[in-house]
Amino acid sequence: MMSLIIVVGVVLALAILYLIFRISSLVGIAKEKKEDEVSENNGIHATLFAIFMLLGLGAFFWYSFTHFDSYNLPVASEHGVVTDMLFWVTMGITVVAFVVISIIMIVFVYAYQYKEGRKATFYPDNHYLELAWTIIPAIVLAVLIFTGLRAWNDITSPASAEAEVIELVAQQFAWTVRYPGNDNTLGKVHYQLIDNFGNEFGLDLSDNKSFDDFKSLELHLPKGKEILLKIRAKDVLHSVFLPHFRVKMDAVPGMPTHFKFVATKTTKEMREETGNPEFNYELACTEICGKGHFSMRMAVVVDTQEDFETWKREQETWLKQNPGYLEKVPANLRESALIKSGIQVNTVSVESKAVFSAGGGSN
Amino acid sequence: MATTHIHTQDVHHDAHGDEHEHHEGNFWTNYIFSQDHKVIAKQFLITGIFWALLGGILSVIFRLQLGFPDMNLDWLKPVLGGWITPEGKLDPEFYLALVTMHGTIMVFFVLTAGLSGTFSNFLIPLQCGARDMASGFMNMLSYWFFFLSSVIMFISLFLSTGPAGGGWTIYPPLSALPQAIQGSGLGMTLWLVAMALFIVSTLLGGINYITTIINMRTRGMSFTRLPLTIWAFFFTAIIGLLSFPVLFAAALLLIFDRSLGTSFFLSDIYIGGEALPNVGGSPILFQHLFWFLGHPEVYIVLLPALGITSEIIATNSRKPIFGYKAMIGSMLFIAILSFIVWAHHMFVTGMNPFLGSIFMLLTLIIAVPSAVKIFNYVTTLWKGNLRFTPAMLFSIGLVSFFLTGGITGIFLGNSAVDIQLHDTYFVVAHFHLVMGSASFFGMLAGIYHWFPKMFGRMMDDRLGYIHFWVTFVGVYLVFFPMHYIGIAGFPRRYYSFTNFEFANGFTDLNALVSVAAILTLAAQFIFLFNFFYSMFRGRLAPANPWNSTTLEWTTPRFPQHGNWPGEIPAVYRWPYDYSKPGAKEDFIPQTIPFSETPESNFPNENELIKLEGNGHGAIVVEGKH
Repeated sequence: MMSLIIVVGVVLALAILYLIFRISSLVGIAKEKKEDEVSENNGIHATLFAIFMLLGLGAFFWYSFTHFDSYNLPVASEHGVVTDMLFWVTMGITVVAFVVISIIMIVFVYAYQYKEGRKATFYPDNHYLELAWTIIPAIVLAVLIFTGLRAWNDITSPASAEAEVIELVAQQFAWTVRYPGNDNTLGKVHYQLIDNFGNEFGLDLSDNKSFDDFKSLELHLPKGKEILLKIRAKDVLHSVFLPHFRVKMDAVPGMPTHFKFVATKTTKEMREETGNPEFNYELACTEICGKGHFSMRMAVVVDTQEDFETWKREQETWLKQNPGYLEKVPANLRESALIKSGIQVNTVSVESKAVFSAGGGSN
Repeated sequence: MATTHIHTQDVHHDAHGDEHEHHEGNFWTNYIFSQDHKVIAKQFLITGIFWALLGGILSVIFRLQLGFPDMNLDWLKPVLGGWITPEGKLDPEFYLALVTMHGTIMVFFVLTAGLSGTFSNFLIPLQCGARDMASGFMNMLSYWFFFLSSVIMFISLFLSTGPAGGGWTIYPPLSALPQAIQGSGLGMTLWLVAMALFIVSTLLGGINYITTIINMRTRGMSFTRLPLTIWAFFFTAIIGLLSFPVLFAAALLLIFDRSLGTSFFLSDIYIGGEALPNVGGSPILFQHLFWFLGHPEVYIVLLPALGITSEIIATNSRKPIFGYKAMIGSMLFIAILSFIVWAHHMFVTGMNPFLGSIFMLLTLIIAVPSAVKIFNYVTTLWKGNLRFTPAMLFSIGLVSFFLTGGITGIFLGNSAVDIQLHDTYFVVAHFHLVMGSASFFGMLAGIYHWFPKMFGRMMDDRLGYIHFWVTFVGVYLVFFPMHYIGIAGFPRRYYSFTNFEFANGFTDLNALVSVAAILTLAAQFIFLFNFFYSMFRGRLAPANPWNSTTLEWTTPRFPQHGNWPGEIPAVYRWPYDYSKPGAKEDFIPQTIPFSETPESNFPNENELIKLEGNGHGAIVVEGKH
């Protein structure tokens, strides 16, 4: 019933609008408007443009200043300070250009609106003017290009050997993190070793380096130390986005990517700076990857280096959490695997022996 | 000059004027399988309008989800059926399908076929002075391939697994693996087939446009006397001819990967509990191929709009376009550069950073010719005598969008700044303004301006004014706030805004954007009414309603197949003799010889009078103004 009333109402409203349109058309015909006469309402549009521009620019500046904190994310990385600076320099230049050109255009629109009897000025070209507005933008852009290039080269330069290596693995629709463990080297992986039972990284258990790797469902980062994110994807494209660190890099199946950066503020410091005790860093996916794309979130924690080291020591290795995979370790590496994974602390304990024999008994 | 092989019917100049197309042939040959470029243009236009409406409606559906996430959408169930979940929400996968189809439809079916297809077809023969396209048959095929493509794309909307859903850029592996997203099943197959046909259509059209412009200009119509519209269509067709085949290759390789088990774009994939055998392919390769079309595509969409606007602004300012040659030069420069900037879409794909540096350099260079165009438009307004016809308003709107959207390109073209902004709403705001809205306004401006020539009747001005102001303000309200959301880092193609703390504070802006989008769409119905009503009941158009100089206004009110009843008029001057000092009227059509206008000729033009007498007015004169 309700929808019927709505439909009838809409039809009536449209009919009335149509009638108004018809009547005013007929009135127009009755008044016998000359065909190529410029309508006397011509000036209204010039005025409307002027009003629109004033209101628009006003709203633009008002919102940009009053809501600055709501759209300007605090920055927490070294290169982020540089790219933000570039962003705001570009903003300054472009806003000036935008405002000046907009005002000039609307002033022209207003000042040169049709007047009967006036003749437009025949002004087909002026090489000096054209040269000027080719060269000036070219110079401004050259400056932006070179500052941008310098920043880009710094950001994309190779990471130092001491960098903290962390691997981010993307899949539909979750992230996992792998840390290299005590040896600071990530073990080899291969996508055909991935399974559904525990080896989600596709760890190659014939590689000595993989035994002390550990997995985390939170991304922990140290403050003040260069971090090298190694990024890969298991199924489709994803993209690592750490908005506060100004970090973005696609995760590509079959082509590992990386991004290096230095975090400059711990989570705790950021909570103080923003005055928000609930503040958390976040990791988002920015490359369309399917149904759950919009919820592919991971919590990020930045600690001081000491806290970070402590946290790392507290983590159990992947192998310790998945002892069944010991059987895939070649016999000559088992001893090393038991020690590196922390299953066995110094001497072969009773429990780990049991695991060992249960896992690799057939050998 | 080449002669045409169109048999020009014995044209009865129809005094009643009420009836169209009085030449021989039946309904089918005149309106459906017509080889008349004007009819084909209208076919492209009507199909384009259909798609624009559909694309707009799709966007409003997903804006409902984004602006009012708590809204119960059960009332859409009669239309969307199972895509509304039992809780009354939009299905997240269907949301992606909506975004994908909105992009595909708007970029290809509306702003490529609807814009270029309509106005290149309509204006090239009329403004060059030709009886029809070089090949009327190929031109007809061009439309029918587009029609077939449209039908297939339309059918894909109704599949139970939904249409393609991997984004309009269809990056593999998502688009290659049906197990990754439902839309990559039959929906993607139909998408690829439709696009392959679409490319065939574009190539058939483009070859015709280029040939016609080069070979079939009337006597005296040298390249430097071509209106800027024709120059724009010319460059557009060349860009399309060189870049669309690359998309065809990419689509074909993707079809192989999907159906024949090849590994062009697939490698090292573990999905749905199994490791796929494909190794050695590269998803990045697809992106290179896609954007090798994708970026020139931006200019395929934009250049015709800029050409149309140049013509309209000059006509309604009653002034020559400022810097005619600079306009051609900047379009040429843009056309060339458009081929070597594609990888700026890929700064953070893991591509070699050195490539990023090169592409950043080339990308920012392209801002120079774009800036020149804006300055030239503004200078054309200076000391003009501006008549605000609806077409003029939409053209000014285009310049405004081109400026607002263009300058944000300077941020995105800078690879260091792009790290943060890539794939956020900042990008959405940027390209919707500079390419989407600007081109859309160019298309609307063109419709308002050339409607009298297309249908012999005038559109209603007042409805046009309302349409313009609601749309102009609406577009700004839709896309301007997106810059803020984007600076805050909010990623595009997200079904919901609330999962992340860093960007969940924009419910007010998002609601505003959605309301503005609904109003903007609603305003388009005013246009639709005006368009179809005026087609049959509009005031009869005078021969030259805008006092324009170009050739199309020398044809009869209802031009027949063949365009001019008698001989094709010769051309003696450039198309921008508006408000020439000393002239009696404020415009001198291209067909008036200098010998008839001694009062307004410049000295160098007086010298040309001698050459006019030989009956072959085909004089190529450089730098006459």
